[in-house]
Amino acid sequence: MKSLRFALRSLSRDLRAGELTVLMFAMVVAVTSMTAVGFFTDRVARAVQAQAAETLAADLVIRSPAAIDTAYLEAGRQAGLSTATTAQFPTVAIAPGGRSLSIVNAVTEGYPLRGAVRIADEMFGESYVATAVPEPGTAWAEAGLMARLDVSVGDSVKLGSAEFTLTRVLEFRPDQGMGFMTLAPSIIVNADDVPAMDVIKPGSRVTYKQLFSGTPEATVAFRSSWKDRLQAEERISSIEDASEQIASAINRAKRFLTLASLVTVILAAVATAMASRRYALRHLDTVALMKSMGASQAFILQSMLFQLVLIVIGTALLGIAFGYAGQTVLAELSARFTPFELPQPSMQAAVLGLVTAATVAIGFALPQLMQLRTTPPLRVLRHDLAPPQLSATLLYGVAIVALVAMVWSIVRELKLLLYVVGGMAGMTVISVLAGWMLVRGFTRFRGAGGIAWRYGLANISRRGRESVVQVVAFGLSLMVLLLLTVVRNDVLRDWERSLPEDTPNYFLLNIEPEDWDGIEQLFVEQTDVAPEFLPLIRGRVTSINGTPINEYSFPTQQGNNFVRREANLTWTPTLPESNRIVDGEWWPADYDGALQVSIEDQFARNLGVGIGDVLGFSVGGEAVTAPVVSTRTIAWDSLAPNFYLVFSPGDVRELPQTYLSSLYIADDQRDVLRKLLQLYPSITVFDLEVTLAQVRSIIDRASMAVQYVFLFTLLAGVVVLLAAVQVTRDERRFESAILHTLGARRSQILKGIAAEFIALGGLAGFLASLGASVIGYLLARFVFDLDYVVDPFLWAAGLVSGALIVGITGTLATRKAVNEPPVRVLRT
Amino acid sequence: MIEEIVLSASDLGKQVSSPEGALTILENVNLQISSGEVVALVGPSGAGKTTLLALLAGLDNPSCGSVQLCGAQLETLDEDGRAQVRGRHVGFVFQSFHLVPSLTALENVMLPLELAEEDDAAARARAALDSVGLAARTGHYPRQLSGGEKQRVAIARAFVRSPSILFADEPTGNLDTASGDRVIQLLFDLNKKSGTTLVLVTHDKALAAKCGRVIELEAGHIKV
Repeated sequence: MKSLRFALRSLSRDLRAGELTVLMFAMVVAVTSMTAVGFFTDRVARAVQAQAAETLAADLVIRSPAAIDTAYLEAGRQAGLSTATTAQFPTVAIAPGGRSLSIVNAVTEGYPLRGAVRIADEMFGESYVATAVPEPGTAWAEAGLMARLDVSVGDSVKLGSAEFTLTRVLEFRPDQGMGFMTLAPSIIVNADDVPAMDVIKPGSRVTYKQLFSGTPEATVAFRSSWKDRLQAEERISSIEDASEQIASAINRAKRFLTLASLVTVILAAVATAMASRRYALRHLDTVALMKSMGASQAFILQSMLFQLVLIVIGTALLGIAFGYAGQTVLAELSARFTPFELPQPSMQAAVLGLVTAATVAIGFALPQLMQLRTTPPLRVLRHDLAPPQLSATLLYGVAIVALVAMVWSIVRELKLLLYVVGGMAGMTVISVLAGWMLVRGFTRFRGAGGIAWRYGLANISRRGRESVVQVVAFGLSLMVLLLLTVVRNDVLRDWERSLPEDTPNYFLLNIEPEDWDGIEQLFVEQTDVAPEFLPLIRGRVTSINGTPINEYSFPTQQGNNFVRREANLTWTPTLPESNRIVDGEWWPADYDGALQVSIEDQFARNLGVGIGDVLGFSVGGEAVTAPVVSTRTIAWDSLAPNFYLVFSPGDVRELPQTYLSSLYIADDQRDVLRKLLQLYPSITVFDLEVTLAQVRSIIDRASMAVQYVFLFTLLAGVVVLLAAVQVTRDERRFESAILHTLGARRSQILKGIAAEFIALGGLAGFLASLGASVIGYLLARFVFDLDYVVDPFLWAAGLVSGALIVGITGTLATRKAVNEPPVRVLRT
Repeated sequence: MIEEIVLSASDLGKQVSSPEGALTILENVNLQISSGEVVALVGPSGAGKTTLLALLAGLDNPSCGSVQLCGAQLETLDEDGRAQVRGRHVGFVFQSFHLVPSLTALENVMLPLELAEEDDAAARARAALDSVGLAARTGHYPRQLSGGEKQRVAIARAFVRSPSILFADEPTGNLDTASGDRVIQLLFDLNKKSGTTLVLVTHDKALAAKCGRVIELEAGHIKV
């Protein structure tokens, strides 16, 4: 307790005297940026999740082919969840002008629990959000159904035994999905009307859904308490199981944000290490004095530990408070640019702040401070004595373990962890080597310039180890700053480029080959763009390597689920643009032979198949087999029509198939759709606009967050530079006092210091450009699945910004030392 | 009256390794200092005065020989053990003052009392500063004090726990003559008042002459 009291007193005195300013500033910046990023990304992630929930129309859905037990509904209500129920079934809609198969969605009040149904007052009219479900006796039908039935708003439609008045045009249901499952157009009615329709009989194909929404905690608790009690035919799904497109976009968004906060952590850690080194250096004399007065090593260690704990608590609290304020500003700023509501943040980021402070302190400050305890007391008489050098293994080992732990706590992904840590390690080794070469090499160039140049270079070479440390620190911080610029500008641009303005917003399905010419003519006349047609084959996987799927043991449930239903297949001679071969080879463009199949990589794993395995299919009652010749990854968020299974050209032409087309139709060209449906009523028009907007919005949110996070990172980078300069400040004060005394002009000393920092900054910039290019390339290529071309501008930016930032910051921060009257410095 | 020996060294030696091989700094030093004595260690630069002081005060380990300080056999103790002896019995005054720059004059004087967890640290430190004529300077930081004032604060700090023995290493080395004289006078006065044993390293012959006994070192040996 003696050491605790002493630690408290020492801490308050050190704080008052400004001894801890840099160290605490660095740690507060670390915690502030981490928590601000944490709070903000938490809010954005929740907003993104909420958006994903919209694709389910709920947070949690239980679906079943039989009516769902009301016990779920009751339990959900008791757990404080909002509920709604839907039933989906096909039936024929009849009107005086025609009849058509339709998919009825019977919904209860409250539907949808997440997202919104969009309706319009007339076909292809301006859509708006529906605030309730259809009144009993009324229905909202998709434009395609209305065109087929030749009805408009206000007319009657018969579904089973019940008559409905069409009151709105159905434009969008959040849960309509991106698949092509619903080949028939939809109509929404009130669930109360289902008995009157009298169409649901034993054996009818009905999908019942029980929807739930609520707080994440309540939803998760509900899911885990019920998921094992489900009946065999019941399936539970939540936002994690949302469609591939949305899931893929969310995943990328998380990676971008993660990368940004990671960069801040690393910078802050570097700053803390440098600041604590300075603190330790400045306290050698005090510790030696305390020892000469009888303080034991244990006492000094305990006192240091107590002080560090107090610093951790203090900086964490301050940082969390600033971080909370910072994220509020971020949220305010973002609200001006994008009109979306951010949910309140959880307190998880506060815990993250405390953990950050503790980890940074343990990994980057503790070893240096602990070393203080071994200061020899003889230092009171012989000032050149210092504690034994910390072993490099211990010093860097602890820092690396702490760094890896922090990175891991954030990324939780081995590949990204390896890239980041590997890149940093490589950069450090290269920087140390290059810094060492600079220090050695520069001694020879001393004579090449004036006195300022000579003095600057002499400083670099004389400070040897210090200079290497500074080059490494400057280089690493510049590298992460550049890396972030690379990520922000290049990778992000590549990603946005993957969704250009004219990304297809409509799918046309059920096109017969004999209608191609007519459809093409219609679109060329109306929109100047000729649609392309892609074959669509409806089929089912029936066997794997000759084993019927009923007897086959699937490695995952998803694999089993997939083969239970009819799938959409296609064939094409060339590999689609948003696909990439993982294994095997794509067939030659002029291939014209026996049936082969290419399979999506994850899907292949779910089925437990690979190259050479033979899949059996049933297509339109015909049994065919095809060997797997390649596996592919698909960029689902490209929103191009993509398929798990793609057949080779050739024999496939014998199979029954229709065609689909995906095209971009501008708002003012939508009339072409009405004409299309009138001329070809069997075609189904699938509106992608809203899904597209969902994915775009996720990208926008993510990129915006990264940009704001960049500001925090920049601040952390500047703190690193300041901390680095602070380390040598006392020495510089003394040197410039001596030089002043010897008659050097202030400008001469300043020029020398500027030359030193510009040279250090230039080299650090060179290394930073190299590191950022390599890591940027690796991240883009292997993590984000994007093409990344190294930007030569990056090199210029690295060199110039390195020399400028380090030169200006270093010179400015040292200026005070130069300006001090020499007598005052020499007297102290 | 039997004089109590507070400090004794026998066959004390110190060697260090250097690029040219082992270098002997002190060799075969034997001395005894009694309670209340005022002893000057004198000699030219490099004679080993400061090394001897460091060994006698337990700040460094001898290469051979032994030191007994206030009843403790220093060479048998580890660093913490020697620190304990220093904390209990020893005070220091250094050439470069060694005031902690982030602490006020008062806090600097309080430091040894706080380390020993003694009561009334502030009041006793104030009294000590008063006794060196710096009652009005308690709130000043070292950078705000003159050299002489800094050394007076250091003297107050050295005496505040009434040590049995006080080691002073060139206490006037960084001071002008007038300030140096005042500091020495103060040191002697306080020493007399408290009966402390004083071991003083100096190369100032006049100062040495004021001491009760002079031990002269030359090239690591005591000159007889």
